[in-house]
Amino acid sequence: MYLIKKAKQFLNEVGGMTILFLQTIYWTIRNIRSGKFDVKGLIDQMAHIGVDSVLMVCITGVSVGAVLVVQIGYQFAQMGAQGYVGGVVALAMAREMAPILTSIVVAGRVGSSIAAELGTMKITEQIDALDTLATNPVDYLVVPRFWACTIMLVMLTVLVNVVGMIGGAVVAVYQIDLTLESFTNSVLEWLRVYDLFGGLFKAMVFGAIIAIIGCFKGFTTSGGAEGVGKSTTDSVVVAIMMILAVNYFLTVFISNLNSIIF
Amino acid sequence: MIIVSNLHKSFGSKAVLKGVNLKIYDGESLVILGPSGCGKSVLLKHIIGLMKPDKGQILIDGEDITKLEQTRMDELRMRMGMLFQSAALFDSLNVEDNIAFGINRHTSLSKRAVHHLVSEKLEMVGLPGTNYLMPSELSGGMRKRVGLARAIAMEPEIILYDEPTTGLDPIMTSAIDELHLSLKEKLGVTSIMVTHDMKSAFRVADRVALHYGGQIVEIGSKEEIMNSQNPLVQQFVRGEAQGPMTQL
Repeated sequence: MYLIKKAKQFLNEVGGMTILFLQTIYWTIRNIRSGKFDVKGLIDQMAHIGVDSVLMVCITGVSVGAVLVVQIGYQFAQMGAQGYVGGVVALAMAREMAPILTSIVVAGRVGSSIAAELGTMKITEQIDALDTLATNPVDYLVVPRFWACTIMLVMLTVLVNVVGMIGGAVVAVYQIDLTLESFTNSVLEWLRVYDLFGGLFKAMVFGAIIAIIGCFKGFTTSGGAEGVGKSTTDSVVVAIMMILAVNYFLTVFISNLNSIIF
Repeated sequence: MIIVSNLHKSFGSKAVLKGVNLKIYDGESLVILGPSGCGKSVLLKHIIGLMKPDKGQILIDGEDITKLEQTRMDELRMRMGMLFQSAALFDSLNVEDNIAFGINRHTSLSKRAVHHLVSEKLEMVGLPGTNYLMPSELSGGMRKRVGLARAIAMEPEIILYDEPTTGLDPIMTSAIDELHLSLKEKLGVTSIMVTHDMKSAFRVADRVALHYGGQIVEIGSKEEIMNSQNPLVQQFVRGEAQGPMTQL
């Protein structure tokens, strides 16, 4: 019974999130067509979601790049394959580590903040107030957050790739005793534009997932301060689980597309 | 005219509205009384289209709002204003932006004209010069008055008040009531107020209705309600702890 109840709840939530996503796309198209797209709201959200996350994702990127080089570097050195370190790290960063880790950091920082803000608005009747002022809450609240999160996650992933590789290069040169030239050549030899874009495509999807889950959890908040706390936690947990699950399907899709194109 | 007809609403197994019937005439001030948690606010939220009923109709000037599409509903909402129990001011916007929210979104008035309009509304609610304060800097009474200024900013024909005086001191309660009356006199608005504040209700009402058990159990002029022989009305009006409302 418990499992059936949970399964029903899960399906309800997925359905609700899908409807919210479709409404967001509808309002985006409608606003663009009527020339009423809220550019100021979008820029404000991009600053909040993106700029304020820069330091956190930079630290994450440098750390991951450096750790990958240490882990891979010593193993490869034992096999006399130091020349591949740069390429392997670049591929790991571009394809998986950068989009996944950036998304997890942003889900923790931004997804929770969206859920808390919208949840508070919900329990204090501010979302009802928007409706009474003939303003659709999805249009006013979700559309700018959705696009800001989607766009900024791609940009932050680019940043994580860059700082990750810089961190990796520094460790490769000063700890693994590789030359910068050998590290760079390996990166350029192995990494293709397709790998970079594959990772950025993933980041875009993850950004959309974080925004929709954060907004959905905010909109469905009930029960006062405790409810806001629950929505905030749920938004992070569900977003991370969803990102990890969707990542598998995206990886399969991108790799199949790779086989078709190349 | 607003006609609520056979309105039903349940939340899970709990039926909150069980066939509400009500007529509100143009320009009148109707007060809906009832004990806490009886569904008064739910009824109000149906009238402005925030909730969809399980069954029944709400006709505003002959149009059934329960079947309206979003665009038409929004057009209708621009003719209505609502003061929420908690004022529901937008935390991230200052007083001026809160009051001007509807104007900015639905008109193309210049910034100067909007500022002038907002200042005029703030003057009306007795809060001149508070344009740039944030909601967090306002007291409970001030928040309610800003909420009222926002509700009347678009000069609506219908204003809905959800417990406007709850939690206010007697002086502030009188100020809100006087504002309610002056809006009715100056702008000729139709107003529906839900409250359990008897004093306030009898000060502003043309007609009073008692909502209990999911239905309107009595409706009439102030005098008719005061002299009603209905034991539910008698208990509520007299504020007695013992009576049919409190019997298990």
